[in-house]
Amino acid sequence: MSTAPALESSLQDIEIDLLLEGLYRVHGFDFRDYSRGSIKRRILELMRAEQLTTISEFQNRVLHDAACLERFLLGLSVHATAMFRDPSFYLTFRKRVVPLLRTYPTVQIWVAGCSTGEEVYSLAILLQEEGLYSKCRIYATDISMAILRRARDGIFPLAAMREYTANYHKAGGVHEFSDYYTAQYDSVIFSGSLKSNLVFSEHNLATDGSFNEFQVILCRNVMIYFNKELQARVHNLLYDSLSMFGVFGLGNKESLKFTPRAGYYEHLNEKDKLYRKVA
Amino acid sequence: MVFEVVVVGTSTGGLKALQTLLSGLPAEFSLPIVIAQHREKDLDSGLCEYLGECSSLPVVEPDDKEPLLGGRAYLAPRDYHLLIENRSFALSTAESVRFARPSIDVLFESAADAFQTGAIGVILTGANSDGARGLATIKSRSGFTIVEDPASAAARQLPDAAIAQATPDKILALDQIAPCLITLSESQPSNELLRRGAVETAIYYGR
Repeated sequence: MSTAPALESSLQDIEIDLLLEGLYRVHGFDFRDYSRGSIKRRILELMRAEQLTTISEFQNRVLHDAACLERFLLGLSVHATAMFRDPSFYLTFRKRVVPLLRTYPTVQIWVAGCSTGEEVYSLAILLQEEGLYSKCRIYATDISMAILRRARDGIFPLAAMREYTANYHKAGGVHEFSDYYTAQYDSVIFSGSLKSNLVFSEHNLATDGSFNEFQVILCRNVMIYFNKELQARVHNLLYDSLSMFGVFGLGNKESLKFTPRAGYYEHLNEKDKLYRKVA
Repeated sequence: MVFEVVVVGTSTGGLKALQTLLSGLPAEFSLPIVIAQHREKDLDSGLCEYLGECSSLPVVEPDDKEPLLGGRAYLAPRDYHLLIENRSFALSTAESVRFARPSIDVLFESAADAFQTGAIGVILTGANSDGARGLATIKSRSGFTIVEDPASAAARQLPDAAIAQATPDKILALDQIAPCLITLSESQPSNELLRRGAVETAIYYGR
């Protein structure tokens, strides 16, 4: 006999608690304070992809089968993104942040939760065009080594270039976007000169601490997957990692309201969620 | 039955349908209304402002973790999924569902999880099937389900799919949906909800 839908749903919530607790205690990956709605969808999709019908069975496989664990971690952390996503953000970055960066001898930048690197390459292109890239170092971090390997390769689907080219021009780009990559079959590889000052490394916002002081930190559409408690932790961590008057960028629909650091920044541009640390 | 939220999903033809629905609701409507309308991902179409002009209720695109308040209509932002959890909004840039972001299924399934029997789901005109599964989820948790009559809908594919998958509680002509929502919202201590909404609004905006 199958369980009633409402009971089934609360049973699933318990199973998810157990799975995430097990994953943390066995492997140290801490997803316990991820936003429940999103992670539940994700886990159910991955469970179905493994041809399983209960999360308890899925837990058994994730904890005992290394290959399944790797698929699970990869699946949980991949999120669709785009180069120059929200072009007006990059346009404002060019107009308002680039002049600030010109006043520094060197610029340390952290892209926290870089996923497959679209944002990192977008930033590298922008900084190169503004003549700033040679004095910048961009630290791009994510929790998954497999994802970071893809980001480091800088290989993206050719089919996405049309959208990225349009975004690039809306973001104030004045060159041919295709100058930045070489196409081969159905993929493109981004130019080696963009990679010279990129440092990719593993970092877990949920458990790791600060590792440097930065003049710019971008963490866009990463914390939307966290609950309020974890968001508070990460806001504190990023605040502590940013130099005074450093620039902080969030996603379009993220807000500093309700975070412990709300009063510590001023807007550079409210609409584009670019802030400056002032306290 | 105490209802706590109305979720609305629509695709093709949705602009006009939402205009009719929202203009039929009074400013003192006590429940939060959360709308997923399929829309172009890189066009800031002014949809939110436009709907605001048609409605006595304020219409806003919520930020991540913004609390859900009565007496307001919320529109899923373009190029994000909108979810509800713990009486707050959560956004996601996960892959499109049935070619849609925002996806109606994602919103409705999260509303069913968050509110169980307290969710009212409304499916309006649309030309694909995203939303049918979400409505069925609300129905399976004994929430209340309404579908716009396919016979008079601008595009009938979504209402047809929703009726087939969810067997909704009501199939109504577009102009009958707002009166039905008013009746459902009045079947409960709405003054308490409104009062709570006003207090929470004041806290949210720091007044």
